[in-house]
Amino acid sequence: MDRFRTHCLVCTGTGCVSNGAFEVKRALEEELKRRGLEHEVQVVGTGCNGFCERGPVMLVQPEGVFYQQLRVEDVPNLVEEHFLKGRPVNDLMYAPTKKDETVPLMRDIGFFKDQVLVALRNRGRIDPEVIEDYVGHDGYAALEKVLTEMTPEDVLGEMKKSGLRGRGGAGFPTGLKWEFCRRATGHPKYIICNGDEGDPGAFMDRSILEADPHSVLEGMAIGAYAIGAEHGILYVRDEYPLAIKRVEIAIGQARNLGLLGSDILGTGFSFDARVVRGGGAFVCGEETALMASIEGREGRPRFRPPFPAEKGVWGKPTNINNVETWANVAPIISRGAEWFASMGTETSKGTKIFSLVGTVNNSGLVEVPMGITIRKIVFDIGGGIPGGRAFKAVQIGGPSGGCIPAELQDTIIDYESLARTGAIMGSGGLVVMDERTCMVDVARYFLEFTQSESCGKCTFCRIGTKRMMEVLTRICEGKGEPSDIALLEDLAVRIRDSSLCALGQTAPNPVLTTLKYFRHEYDAHIQEKRCPSHVCAALLVYGIDPDKCTGCTLCARVCPVNAITGERKQVHTINQALCIKCGQCYTACRFDAITRE
Amino acid sequence: MQHDQRLLEDTDRILARNNHDANALIAILQDVQRKVGYLPIDSLRRIAETLRVPLSRVYAVATFYKAFKLKPAGRHIVKICLGTACHIKGGGEIMRAMETELNVKPEEATPDGRFSYEAVRCVGCCGLAPVIMVDESFHGKVGAKDVKQVLAKYS
Repeated sequence: MDRFRTHCLVCTGTGCVSNGAFEVKRALEEELKRRGLEHEVQVVGTGCNGFCERGPVMLVQPEGVFYQQLRVEDVPNLVEEHFLKGRPVNDLMYAPTKKDETVPLMRDIGFFKDQVLVALRNRGRIDPEVIEDYVGHDGYAALEKVLTEMTPEDVLGEMKKSGLRGRGGAGFPTGLKWEFCRRATGHPKYIICNGDEGDPGAFMDRSILEADPHSVLEGMAIGAYAIGAEHGILYVRDEYPLAIKRVEIAIGQARNLGLLGSDILGTGFSFDARVVRGGGAFVCGEETALMASIEGREGRPRFRPPFPAEKGVWGKPTNINNVETWANVAPIISRGAEWFASMGTETSKGTKIFSLVGTVNNSGLVEVPMGITIRKIVFDIGGGIPGGRAFKAVQIGGPSGGCIPAELQDTIIDYESLARTGAIMGSGGLVVMDERTCMVDVARYFLEFTQSESCGKCTFCRIGTKRMMEVLTRICEGKGEPSDIALLEDLAVRIRDSSLCALGQTAPNPVLTTLKYFRHEYDAHIQEKRCPSHVCAALLVYGIDPDKCTGCTLCARVCPVNAITGERKQVHTINQALCIKCGQCYTACRFDAITRE
Repeated sequence: MQHDQRLLEDTDRILARNNHDANALIAILQDVQRKVGYLPIDSLRRIAETLRVPLSRVYAVATFYKAFKLKPAGRHIVKICLGTACHIKGGGEIMRAMETELNVKPEEATPDGRFSYEAVRCVGCCGLAPVIMVDESFHGKVGAKDVKQVLAKYS
């Protein structure tokens, strides 16, 4: 076996792959071979590194040099300089902006510096399709410890002491949940991993399953031992083909090594897992809907109690946790509950993964200790807002969450502090919005989402969300009435109080938080018929700046209603009577000559 | 006629692969859709008869989940992401550009059968917003003006 002096960890997560990571990896392997370095430098395809914004990215170990935005044509020079002559290539390194100095080492880059990796401990370090890589990074050591040194009660005690709370959104204490299921009578018992990640703007579960599927399987096996379950089901969205493939590979490999199946590690404990592909319904993230879906039915939530711990899938005791929660289990066992509980705040322990996206310089996946402020995430890790624009709000928690305004950016991340603002922790989508985002439009967007994803069972959720969406649409079109605000508030309370599941109960949150913090934007739409952020199409007026127009005719050609006229090389004009405000001229113009107000 | 025969044979094979298990109904429908491109009514009937469940239940599941289609789709399926990050970065404009470019309604196939398109909510690639997906490949950081260029890659 070769002993490599250097490892090139090329990210092959979905983000980097869409930017050509496989082509770069192949070029790198070929070039290394051409230079006779294939026995000295090993190329490894890893799961998502998190810094999707700058993909394809590659980490060179052991030095820790970080390369980004790699292209196939960069490879020959990179191999010659770095791997042959030992001179890292400055041009391919990260710099916050083009004017700044480059930052050669990954650990010095702001995006990575403040992150603490627990659930994402192996991201970008291992090949997710090779179980030996996982085992080589202490993988399955926690399972071995549990099976050989601990009783199920010990495991429950450790989990309760750690303070881990469900990472799917609601934040229920994990140890307690397991204990309920352990105490339940009924046989067999089931363990479910909820991988139906549906919140728009959140992709941490996908990333964990793609980058480190064994961490989830190990967590599930430990949970199964503590609860006394034999069967595990991973319910994964069908939209995540790569995640499904990697989990299936991982299950096969774990079975081959005797880490899944009967009599695991010769201890007499048996546990096996399989994948169920989700059908593509947001409501299936709700546990009772998810179980209905596993049983092959429409995913509609049902009344609780009985809770899944007593009567779950096929009427048997079932314990459900989400992907990120399961990925936290093995480190808690290996490193101890005290270590885990030493991170975070009084009520929220450990770390949380956020997908930091929207109008922020460094978007990607970040894992941070609980208790960090929103400001630190947006500015220190995220590098602030592009183009020096003003930070307006973050949207946390997806359609169930809310918009936290820039004034509250010193709010700390924990379940209770976020709930006090009107938002929720949720699954961890964190969408940054700048001055160009219209908050009424954002509220309308989320209501459109919830009303189309409502399963239809509860009247207030089914019809109430539709009415709310209609009111918001009307406001965005400049047809809002002053009484609409009271109507929205009234509907919000009724929908919240009369819906069976969290989808309906939390659906009004985006409206309530934007009303609370951005009331002036609603007023501008309703009273002045004006969209301050220039987003709501019906309230915009398009024009042409005569100083900038070059008469290239492009806008006239893209206009679908022939509202733009003008001779070649002459200033063009828009006929407002014909303009349908589609914005295509605005997008097409290469000279910034189209104005909108 | 021959086509119908093949459809039923394909359906039978998929049913067998899923052990004729009514609990696997969703997986069976997914497999049929992957094979055929949509869920033809004859196939739904066959599934109901074989699994001994009412056709109404099969139909209920086929219409409950967004991923299932009851009408034939284009050879390439274009998904325009309208997740939160894509929405605030102009996903809506891409949707409109796609409408203009393909000149059919969402989920309808173009007359040449080459494309159909639809809006989806978050494909989990928010770092690359706005994103469009063609079949199983992702195109990130696209604008309304890139639509033509992306489509040109598929025949």
